[in-house]
Amino acid sequence: MTIARKQFNKPSFVLDKKLKQRLEDIATPLGTILILLLIWQLLTMILPTDLPGPIKVVQETWVLILYPFFDFGGTNKGLFWQVFTSLQRVAIGYSFAAVVGIGLGILVGLNKRLSKGLDPIFNILRTVPPLAWVPIALAALKQNQPAALFVIFITAIWPILINTAVGVRQIPQDFNNVAQVLQLPKTEYFFKILIPSALPYIFTGLRIAIGLSWLAIIAAEIVMSGIVGIGFFIWNAYQNSQISEIIVSLVYIGLVGWLLDSLMAWVQTLILPQSQR
Amino acid sequence: MVTSLKSAQRSSHDATPFLIVDQVSKVYPTKTGDYTVLKDVNLAVNQGEFICVIGHSGCGKSTLLNMVSGFAKPTTGRVLLQGKPIEKPGPDRMVVFQGYALLPWLSVFENVYLGVNVVYPQKSKSEKTQIVKEFLAMVGLADAMEKKPPQISGGMKQRVAIARALALCPEVLILDEPFGALDAITKEELQEELLKIWNTHKCTVLMITHDIDEALFLADRLVMMTNGPAAAIGEVMEIPFRRPRNRSRMMETPEYYKLRNHALDFLYNRFAHDDE
Ligand SMILES: Nc1ncnc2c1ncn2[C@@H]1O[C@H](COP(=O)(O)OP(=O)(O)O)[C@@H](O)[C@H]1O
Ligand SMILES: [Mg+2]
Repeated sequence: MTIARKQFNKPSFVLDKKLKQRLEDIATPLGTILILLLIWQLLTMILPTDLPGPIKVVQETWVLILYPFFDFGGTNKGLFWQVFTSLQRVAIGYSFAAVVGIGLGILVGLNKRLSKGLDPIFNILRTVPPLAWVPIALAALKQNQPAALFVIFITAIWPILINTAVGVRQIPQDFNNVAQVLQLPKTEYFFKILIPSALPYIFTGLRIAIGLSWLAIIAAEIVMSGIVGIGFFIWNAYQNSQISEIIVSLVYIGLVGWLLDSLMAWVQTLILPQSQR
Repeated sequence: MVTSLKSAQRSSHDATPFLIVDQVSKVYPTKTGDYTVLKDVNLAVNQGEFICVIGHSGCGKSTLLNMVSGFAKPTTGRVLLQGKPIEKPGPDRMVVFQGYALLPWLSVFENVYLGVNVVYPQKSKSEKTQIVKEFLAMVGLADAMEKKPPQISGGMKQRVAIARALALCPEVLILDEPFGALDAITKEELQEELLKIWNTHKCTVLMITHDIDEALFLADRLVMMTNGPAAAIGEVMEIPFRRPRNRSRMMETPEYYKLRNHALDFLYNRFAHDDE
């Protein structure tokens, strides 16, 4: 009898432990955030600063926080719409960067000459900060919208391009030997050896790039006056000294960035087999 | 019996040689000057012969076979297959690579199909599928066709590599230390399978090995290479055991030990390696 009961109890105990673990996983970061908010609040109370504490931020922005979906026309829209419009911009710029970056990356990876000539140029261009591209983009494209897209594109393309090229270059000699001895046609080589072999590297590039392109949104939108978008929203708030609004926007940006990165990580697990991650 | 240079020459005279290595030297340019790996190598191989190559590591065995597969070119001399110089790698000279070289993202079936698809463009899909299945069954992998290479053992990977090579019915099959990394039992199983397949398909086999017993069991002739640099073929030993061979019965004969000792003497006395 006692044995039977023991066996019966055991699973529920294990479940208990798991649940506890889960709660801990959620509670620990929440607790950390609370503590940090407290420190922030105290610091703003002690130090002579214009920075509002968290309580003041919420007081000043509760409309923004509670009504993310309002739309009064023009740029007077809720934070959801600001973020959504920016995300659309990022999606377009990033998609172009992905297509062009993977394509060029493969060419550069396959062609030693090309890579010798272009590698130093890539390495210089990739260190140019997004904000520095803005005047160039505006001068070249004349219009706000395409310039914003270009800034995102040019920020996101480098990690994709460089990682793809590395991925193509590291294809094991063994696989290339197999292709040679089988006299594999070019398309077969491309789809059966090159792409699968370079895929983990391509994904590394894509994941870095999505973070960068989201960071670039601020730069991309900041100088494009009068458009809907979280970047211009922040710039506008800054012009009107609404620091609390900026802080709330930054929280939004951080959360979205985190979400985008998690999304890429998840896609990666879907597409890459276990052995290639 | 002792050797063999004489008999080797004789056997290469009874038919026009299928594969000829003619005065081949191979020099690699290095930072410290030219490095001569092989010098004046001559070998004639008949169609359907099973040749094993033995020699200390670094002497140039892989280099020699790479000139047959077409991955390397002789610096001087010629390598002729059916009278024609070898220009580049091709599926008529299939290679079983040292590290298996299976594509990890393709299933066992797809790995073999990849080559079959290229070599038999005129065949229908179902015919090609049939060929792949036949050869996988031949190496005992009928049940593992849908597995991916990372999921199977080293012995199974080597079986896939062999099936991939043989499914193309190559004129020459080239194996570079194929069984070196396998345990003794798997190794013996694979040797038997290789012999069985060779018997039915009668391709010419060139195989590098470090294992004298393996060579004695498999080969018609054993090519023994001198040490590098500037290595050459020191001796070619005829292995006269009748086929089909029975390993344990073979090993009971005094002749087996005479051959074995002769090869050992070549490797460890006459051409001993400094660090071995
Ligand atoms: N591409 C190369 N460039 C320079 N030296 C090489 C090259 N390939 C092989 N070698 C040298 O040639 C020698 C023979 O190599 P290899 O044929 O692989 O020997 P084995 O297969 O008998 O162990 C080694 O000393 C190796 O360092
Ligand atoms: Mg070797």
